[in-house]
Amino acid sequence: MKKDISNAFIKANDDSFIVLNDHQEGIAGNGKPGIAVKKEDLLFDEKQVLHELKHRLPSQTPLKDFVHHNSLHAYQRQKFYDAIFTASKIFGYQVTLQLTEYRELYKNGRIKKEVLEKIIIAKKGKDQLETWKEKLIAGNFDTLNVPRIGALRAEWKKQYQTDLDNLVQPLLFRILCHYLDQGIAIWKFPVGDGGFLDAIRSLEKKSFVSFFKTKRAKTLLFDGNCKIKDLLHILVGDESLYEQYLFDQQFGHQGWSGIISTVEDQPKSLLDQRKITLRELIIFELLLEIDALDYTLGSNWQPLSRQMSGPKTKLFAPVHQTELNEVFSLWQDAFEWSYYDEVLAGMALSNSSEKTPATGPSFQAMFCIDERECSLRRHLEAVDPDSETFGTPGFFSVEFYFQPENGKFYDKLCPQPVTPKYLIKEYDVKNKRKHELLYTHKSHTFFAGSLFTLTLGFWSAIRLFLNQFRPSMSPAISDAFAHMDKHSRLTVENKDPEDRENDLQIGFTVAEMTTRVESLLRGIGLTKNFAPIVYVIAHGSSSANNPHHGAHDCGACSGRPGSVNARVFAFMANHPRVREKLSAAGLVIPPETQFIGGLHDTASDQIAFFDEDILTGENREKHKKNVRAFDNALNLNAKERSRRFASINTKMPLRKIREAIRRRSVSLFEPRPELGHGTNTLCIVGPRSLTKGLFLDRRAFMNSYDYRTDPDGKLLLGIMKPLGPVCGGINLEYYFSRVDNHKLGAGTKLPHNVMGLIGVANSSDGDLRPGLPVQMIEVHDPVRLLVIVKHYPDIVLKTIQSAPDMYEWFINEWVWLTAIHPDTKEYFLFKEGGFHRYTPTAFSISPIEDINLTIESAAEMETNQIADATRENLPVYLIQ
Amino acid sequence: MAQLLQLFIIIPLIGFLLSLAAPRKRERIISGIAISALSLHGLGVLAFSSYWLLKGYPLLDIKHVTLFQARDFEIFIDFFFDKTTAVFALVGALITFLVAVFSRYYLHREEGFKRFFNTLLFFYLGYNLIIFSGNFETLFIGWEILGISSFLLIAFYRDRFLPVKNGLKTISIYRFSDICLFLTMWLSHHFWHENITFIKLNDMELVQEQLRQHGSLAIAISIMILVAAAAKSAQLPFSSWLPRAMEGPTSSSAIFYGSLAAHIGVFLLLRTFPFWENIVMVKALVILIGLSTALIASSIAKVQSTVKTQIAYSSIAQIGIIFIEAALGFHLLALIHFAGNAFLRTYQLLVSPSVLSYLTHDQFFNFTPRAHKDGNTIFNKIRNSFYMLAVKEWNLDHLLYRFLWAPFKRAGKMLDFISGKTAYAFLIAAFAGGIFCFLLQESIPQALYRSLPIAFALLAALLVLKSFSERGDARRAWLLLASSQFFTGLAISLNAHVGFNQLAIYLSGTIVSAIAGYWCLTTLKSSEGNIDLDGYHGHAYEQPTLSFLFLLSCLGLLGFPITPSFIGIDILFSHIRQDQLVLIILASLSFVFIEISALRIYGRIFMGQHKKPYHAIAFRSS
Repeated sequence: MKKDISNAFIKANDDSFIVLNDHQEGIAGNGKPGIAVKKEDLLFDEKQVLHELKHRLPSQTPLKDFVHHNSLHAYQRQKFYDAIFTASKIFGYQVTLQLTEYRELYKNGRIKKEVLEKIIIAKKGKDQLETWKEKLIAGNFDTLNVPRIGALRAEWKKQYQTDLDNLVQPLLFRILCHYLDQGIAIWKFPVGDGGFLDAIRSLEKKSFVSFFKTKRAKTLLFDGNCKIKDLLHILVGDESLYEQYLFDQQFGHQGWSGIISTVEDQPKSLLDQRKITLRELIIFELLLEIDALDYTLGSNWQPLSRQMSGPKTKLFAPVHQTELNEVFSLWQDAFEWSYYDEVLAGMALSNSSEKTPATGPSFQAMFCIDERECSLRRHLEAVDPDSETFGTPGFFSVEFYFQPENGKFYDKLCPQPVTPKYLIKEYDVKNKRKHELLYTHKSHTFFAGSLFTLTLGFWSAIRLFLNQFRPSMSPAISDAFAHMDKHSRLTVENKDPEDRENDLQIGFTVAEMTTRVESLLRGIGLTKNFAPIVYVIAHGSSSANNPHHGAHDCGACSGRPGSVNARVFAFMANHPRVREKLSAAGLVIPPETQFIGGLHDTASDQIAFFDEDILTGENREKHKKNVRAFDNALNLNAKERSRRFASINTKMPLRKIREAIRRRSVSLFEPRPELGHGTNTLCIVGPRSLTKGLFLDRRAFMNSYDYRTDPDGKLLLGIMKPLGPVCGGINLEYYFSRVDNHKLGAGTKLPHNVMGLIGVANSSDGDLRPGLPVQMIEVHDPVRLLVIVKHYPDIVLKTIQSAPDMYEWFINEWVWLTAIHPDTKEYFLFKEGGFHRYTPTAFSISPIEDINLTIESAAEMETNQIADATRENLPVYLIQ
Repeated sequence: MAQLLQLFIIIPLIGFLLSLAAPRKRERIISGIAISALSLHGLGVLAFSSYWLLKGYPLLDIKHVTLFQARDFEIFIDFFFDKTTAVFALVGALITFLVAVFSRYYLHREEGFKRFFNTLLFFYLGYNLIIFSGNFETLFIGWEILGISSFLLIAFYRDRFLPVKNGLKTISIYRFSDICLFLTMWLSHHFWHENITFIKLNDMELVQEQLRQHGSLAIAISIMILVAAAAKSAQLPFSSWLPRAMEGPTSSSAIFYGSLAAHIGVFLLLRTFPFWENIVMVKALVILIGLSTALIASSIAKVQSTVKTQIAYSSIAQIGIIFIEAALGFHLLALIHFAGNAFLRTYQLLVSPSVLSYLTHDQFFNFTPRAHKDGNTIFNKIRNSFYMLAVKEWNLDHLLYRFLWAPFKRAGKMLDFISGKTAYAFLIAAFAGGIFCFLLQESIPQALYRSLPIAFALLAALLVLKSFSERGDARRAWLLLASSQFFTGLAISLNAHVGFNQLAIYLSGTIVSAIAGYWCLTTLKSSEGNIDLDGYHGHAYEQPTLSFLFLLSCLGLLGFPITPSFIGIDILFSHIRQDQLVLIILASLSFVFIEISALRIYGRIFMGQHKKPYHAIAFRSS
């Protein structure tokens, strides 16, 4: 979410809205800097209020592209705890676990006593230990959190017994959905080119009926000059309340307001683009409110401010941090460090020196840093101990747009904030896309509908029966392998710079290819000891009946499978002229080494390799052997994942488990084809040897990096810069969806209704639900991300300080950062702007002989309440 | 052979009771009970129908049990089997079985897993009671079960506002349908002078003879049947509840509003067809309703931009066409059409979350920018008008509220002055006066005495309406409801000679339920303080058991077939003569609003967003 980060910089501190206003007045106001305004006199500034609204509304894009981000990104300029408690008081979000839940976690040992005490002492001093411990464990607190938002608009009900939301929202949502609809409706909204209000005006003018029930609102609409301020004058009266009224109104349906704000800023997030602004939405909603009041109350109503039942707290008045908040933050820290300390202690024990087999590695494989690949890498290394694995963001440093054959649009295949200048086109596609008759619009019309019901109706019964008992792939299921046809060809190489389309260069030149291959290989520390075959394994996810499928795909590829990137990177690294140039730059890849792209489906645990026919005879034999290793590793991976799936018995034979896992990914009735990024907690930047001896239960993002190849941290900057927005964004979205699945998450998936192909709502007239559904977050322990970097602390400090937007993530404690000193192996924790030596609590880490036995005997959660659910997350083990 | 019919009620009943007893967290046991009961039932129906076909598909009828008998009056449970039953039973069994298997995985770890399967089996019991019923009384029991189970599944996510609101909206329409069916029963008693079974309706001569004698009464009965069917099958003007009912898990929406529950009106029409097939006016009316619904619902379906509402309106449109087929006598076609529509919509709803990726993909490869048609031509104006009407769902929702419910709400509000202790004193005095009159009826002038039933029935109706619009203490609303039941009893006792045992049957359940309900509310008030009805409290979050108890009390109070009161209501109504139009209207009014009001109390106190925000609470609009 580049927008949010960059925008964040022109925004002032959130501590007090008044400060922010004054500040904004200076830089972004109406061009007259430095006007001293007393805060009471601040009148309604439309531009400013719209800006503030847009900043705080959810910024999730239409669901076809799912990019994880910090749900409370608007508060990122504040320290984590200040920020979340402020947001909580204003908007009513639940931002931590409940007090009773922390206490249960303490009771069942998930929050450890030693850690809790250590944290209280560190924050409160040794003499305060018993007092605060008593408060945390048994103190009585009033935990009711009555938010400020909505208080002003609630006056309508108090003064006039009129439920304005009931009267306005259903029609408003429906019209918005019709306007934005991307392809559900058969008879579409006559959109026009003039934007939303223009389209409404045009409809109203050229029709015998109206969306309005009374005259005044309609007349106001045609006035052409209806400003927000004028409409608020009718509805609210007192100008000092306008801003609060608009916040109340827009946060009454933050889903719809959020999507409109996003579409306004990123029109290309819709394939069939729409012109609409938040301002237009507000005007239309205000008109509908006037209409509803005129209709139900006639002339018997006055602006809201006339009969107010007492002054309202200003929405953004400073939020005072309470003792309860402190209790929450101590508990949360203790919860987090109970796990981190275990990891750090384990890492200190296992931190082996790097060994390379005498004969060189049998093969090497690069994976995405995604924590779901963590277990596959472990199994692969166990199946073939001579193999080596690496982790790097799954777009493999090649950023481009991709156009599938016959596609009318481009797919972006790189991290969301990057804007590529390249286009890669697919041609010679062998497999044609199939269609699904039962999805056709015809079944919804009068005559064809009757014919359909009389014929296809019976076919659908058979289909349903088959899918229940023999689930299989169908065109209705999103298939990760269908993103690119395996047998198609790609325009990877650009031989003529004039070869352009829509301002994009088609393919990369040799020089451009070389830069990318070099930076990736140096970044992960793969500069010598090349194996005969280096696999480049991207990932994607297949799932059925899942509007959130994009959230399971590769985050580094803008929520899409990374198959094209893997194939493109392999092509580049195999290119003879690229190899020449690399040699010239001192990076020598032996001629017998070949790169092969592949795609791992994280839901079905299937794998596909691309362009295998380029392999030389000798490598072909080796590849055959490696494929078997991959297959065995995938079996074990499936087994490990199956322990969390109630429908699969983990003790079944491996083949059967693998088949059951595959079936889950194509089963219509399965709301958890996989568990996505659930449980992600760690991000490790360093060599594989740091974690090789540890069982981390698929909780770590792992970016391969060797401090020795990068003594002054030049490459480290490139690696660490996206960690905040990508890994931190994923982690915080899971965090907030977990602690408040109602307001910051999407609730349970089961009642979801797809709205206009842009989002989901709970029913016919509900608000859109951004965030993650409960089925994705129930295994997740809501803890922040701990980034662990192996390098000298001063280099790491210099690196994070070099980019303010990156620094913000660390200094404001939205993610934790630890450096491992390469020489002393000591830990240094980043806090208050500097690195401080840190000794983890001395936990004994149990060794295990056989992971598979541990997995078989692991407990399954009884309910998805945190105290139960967290039992499913295994502790850190040392692998013998 | 007919003896076996009872099995098809007993199996789901046992399944339902077993599922109630199952431990809440044991998903395998709960779904296992449901799936076993459903497959046993399905196979049973299949075997039975095959055997029945081989036997030359005779009409089967069996009088199961007599619930009440008086001199000229009998209430009994009766089962019936013909090809309509066979088709509905087979389709119902298959769909419910598939949905149960689907839900076993789909609802894994859902908070209301057990509740879902309980309600599903309860629904299935009601569905089978309807389709196997041999008389209106039996059918009516199923009809009510269907209504309550619908409410419970729509409001499945009871901690949010919209499901509760839409659940209450649906149950209001359903209740309207209930009263029409109830009046059908009442009129039929007077029409046939006996408790008519469906098998007798197939006796052409008998029906013809009766029709000749009481033509207008027959029309009234038919229209009541038609309205009951139209409301339950979401035909005009009731259509707007169906898309709003899609609040529960997708699988429950599929079985209820995509398929089985939505087609139950069709069943009622087919079942009663012999009765109205020769009344041209009624036939024309059925066709008119079917046709206009098909046209208007198709137009609304065309503009829908959300997938579930699109399927809902397409389904309504097809049901409209099935109504026409039924009226024209093409019953085989209607049955095939029903089966096809039910299967297709079930499937479409179950796969509805897939459309996002499927259609986005489709758009990616096949998108062509749309030319904007504009211009001030009259054609364009008409087109736009139709478009906007369809977007507004032809104002159906608004009109229903405005004409069906708002007047009563206003009427109730006008009684706001009844409050405080004086009101209770007045009620007690009135009731005592009533009993006094009853005891001393000889010494009271005849004219006055004859007007008493109406006076007390009016009072009862007003009390219900007052309760319906109450915004203050829930206990007051509850007492109003309970007392209205007594006044209704009193009114009818004054109207005709009602035996003491009959009155006892009527009041037994009512008194117990009223006390139980009052106890629940008092308990709640003592711990929570405010239990006013001006907003939602969501106390089921903390007090699920109390919530369930209060639901049972509500059902008991309104004469749901869990207490003997439900027979009592039937008996009482039989004491209203067919010429007592005012009395029957007043009694029906109480009958309709007592359920809506009781569930409103339940909804506001126990459902909706929880009042205590110490945990995550949904937005009102979500």
